Amino acid sequence: MARSVTTQRKAINTAIAWAIGLLIFFPILWTILTSFKTEGQAIASPPIFLNFDWTLENYAIVQERSNYMRFLWNSVIIAGGSTLLGIVIAVPAAWSMAFVPGKWTKDILLWMLSTKMLPAVGVLYPIYLLFVRMGILDSRVGLVIIMMLINLPIIVWMLYTYFKEIPSEILEAARMDGATLKDEIIHVLTPMAIPGIASTVLLNFILAWNEAFWTLNLTSVNAAPLTAFIASYSSPEGLFYAKLSAASTMAIAPILILGWFSQKQLVSGLTFGAVK
Amino acid sequence: MSLKNTLYAATALSLVGAFGAVAETITIATVNNGDMIRMQGYTDKFTAATGIDVEWVTLEENVLRQRVTTDITTKGGQFDIMTIGMYETPIWGANGWLVALDDLSAEYNAADILPAMAGGLSHDGTLYAAPFYGESSMIMYRTDLMEKAGLEMPKSPTWDFIRQAAAAMTDRDAEINGICLRGKAGWGEGGAFITAMSNSFGAQWFDMDWGATFDQEPWKNTLTFFKGMMDESGPAGYATNGFNENLSLFQQGKCGMWIDATVAASFVTNPDDSTVADKVGFALAPNTGMGKNSNWLWAWALAVPAGTQKEAEAKQFIEWATSTDYIDLVAASEGWANVPPGARTSLYENPEYQKVPFAQMTLDSILSADPNDSTVNESPYVGVQFAAIPEFAGIATEVSQEFSAAYAGQQTIEEALAKAQALTNDAMEAAGYR
Repeated sequence: MARSVTTQRKAINTAIAWAIGLLIFFPILWTILTSFKTEGQAIASPPIFLNFDWTLENYAIVQERSNYMRFLWNSVIIAGGSTLLGIVIAVPAAWSMAFVPGKWTKDILLWMLSTKMLPAVGVLYPIYLLFVRMGILDSRVGLVIIMMLINLPIIVWMLYTYFKEIPSEILEAARMDGATLKDEIIHVLTPMAIPGIASTVLLNFILAWNEAFWTLNLTSVNAAPLTAFIASYSSPEGLFYAKLSAASTMAIAPILILGWFSQKQLVSGLTFGAVK
Repeated sequence: MSLKNTLYAATALSLVGAFGAVAETITIATVNNGDMIRMQGYTDKFTAATGIDVEWVTLEENVLRQRVTTDITTKGGQFDIMTIGMYETPIWGANGWLVALDDLSAEYNAADILPAMAGGLSHDGTLYAAPFYGESSMIMYRTDLMEKAGLEMPKSPTWDFIRQAAAAMTDRDAEINGICLRGKAGWGEGGAFITAMSNSFGAQWFDMDWGATFDQEPWKNTLTFFKGMMDESGPAGYATNGFNENLSLFQQGKCGMWIDATVAASFVTNPDDSTVADKVGFALAPNTGMGKNSNWLWAWALAVPAGTQKEAEAKQFIEWATSTDYIDLVAASEGWANVPPGARTSLYENPEYQKVPFAQMTLDSILSADPNDSTVNESPYVGVQFAAIPEFAGIATEVSQEFSAAYAGQQTIEEALAKAQALTNDAMEAAGYR
């Protein structure tokens, strides 16, 4: 009896999980389906789900009108570069906060997080002027720096949380064996925190990939990433829904595939230390 | 080959290479719509003729506004040409942010630009942006439904007639709404429509002392009429409908009438997209007999930001893109219905273009809107569906949010108008107008 209840409960839980999963995935599915419709079918009322003449015309138009590979390459450089630079800076910062906490460590952590609460538009003009003066407007270098700075608080917080789960005795033992600070961080701490670092890298890569305020406002031609690619197909006056959906599908495809293959690391990292 | 000849050849090759290396590239920020995308497709012809390469930065209208405003106010220098509208041009021209277009070539024939457009894109009589296309608003209606209702659309109907016709055409069982209008929040969406409509009801944004006038009877009459008519005959959820939503409804045969941008005429009469393409008639936007119709005036225009290093090349492109030759090029490839409308007088004198069913009504609509005299009573501002002051966009966005909330039944019209009055006066006082 008990086993049957458990099986029934499992089935219900599975069904609920699938329902929630499909609900969350539905907008993406709808975008993908719309990308294969004509503009007329895309706005049909009632909406057409699957029963339409599938076409690749929107993808052909998008390919003809935009240099997709240039946008994609910029996205890869900006998201990858900012994440790696952020990790390089955040690992020592998180190490010091986790293993050598000072009187103000918690205040500093909270202050770092509070910078995320500032509306980005509030600092647009100062940042824009700085970029103009430094000559890094519409450059990948500029975008890598700004994206790294934006995501740094999250990277430090995540790494700090993971590092706190590592017993400090292990690091002390390494020091007893003569490890320098550099050895301690690179050869002892980092390998032990790999799941946490991996999930931090993945999450921040996704955040940087999807960021659409700074990437739209600080780029024009040379450094414009996929967010600018999508924005060029949105219009309040004229029907571009099917083409916009095709552009969106092309923009999210790489990150969707990356997320699919790395979901195991992502989940294990995010739940790292959750169960003691 | 002698050494001398070899040197000559090498020198010549070097010069050719150097020439190629300095070929200029201009960067143009533009808005994503059909006419602008079409222009991008013809850019190769401009490059072939001039040797000037063109890089396009295409953005959604609101993103574009924010992007080019940030760049021009900080002298960022990202763009050599910006696509801006009638709202920005006089303000930016007055601030010295744009290069005056007062030295265009004789072949360009600047005098051919429609006076209403040239006036709206000038400051102190100097043209600061060349119109790529212009638009007003007009009534697009279903001729079959009008006939079925036993009514005949006058060329210049009153709002009372429109309300009566909308009620007669509405058939909820057949999913036909008598009228579809913009109710969506945003100064360029529902805000533009209700402002143009309010002009015909004798309302205006500001009195001569820059005080808000939402506490006066004409505004209450405008909103009460709009909401009453839309509740009776409009589509469900009209408070969130903008241009695209109404275009979609009309093309699917679900609107009896639609009052919106004249450029929509080519969409609703295109049989590839519209199910009612052969059943569409046109009329001037409605009035109340007070002397003003409820149509707006707008142009997307090309301007050169002051400080660009490529001013000559930018002007060369503008002359090409807004010329009669460009119109002929599009007409030859894609037909007269697809040429950029509303910018040049000569287009409307062209017998071929006169055959386009909506051409004359578009011109009549444009000519009946005067940005310098848009309200029944005297007002201190220029603009038909906007007031050309920098503060307007922010204020009007908030006001239109209050109006949309009233359309959706979240507050009364009186509450919305009281809030609009307070927030407008607060903003104008903060900006130093009062």
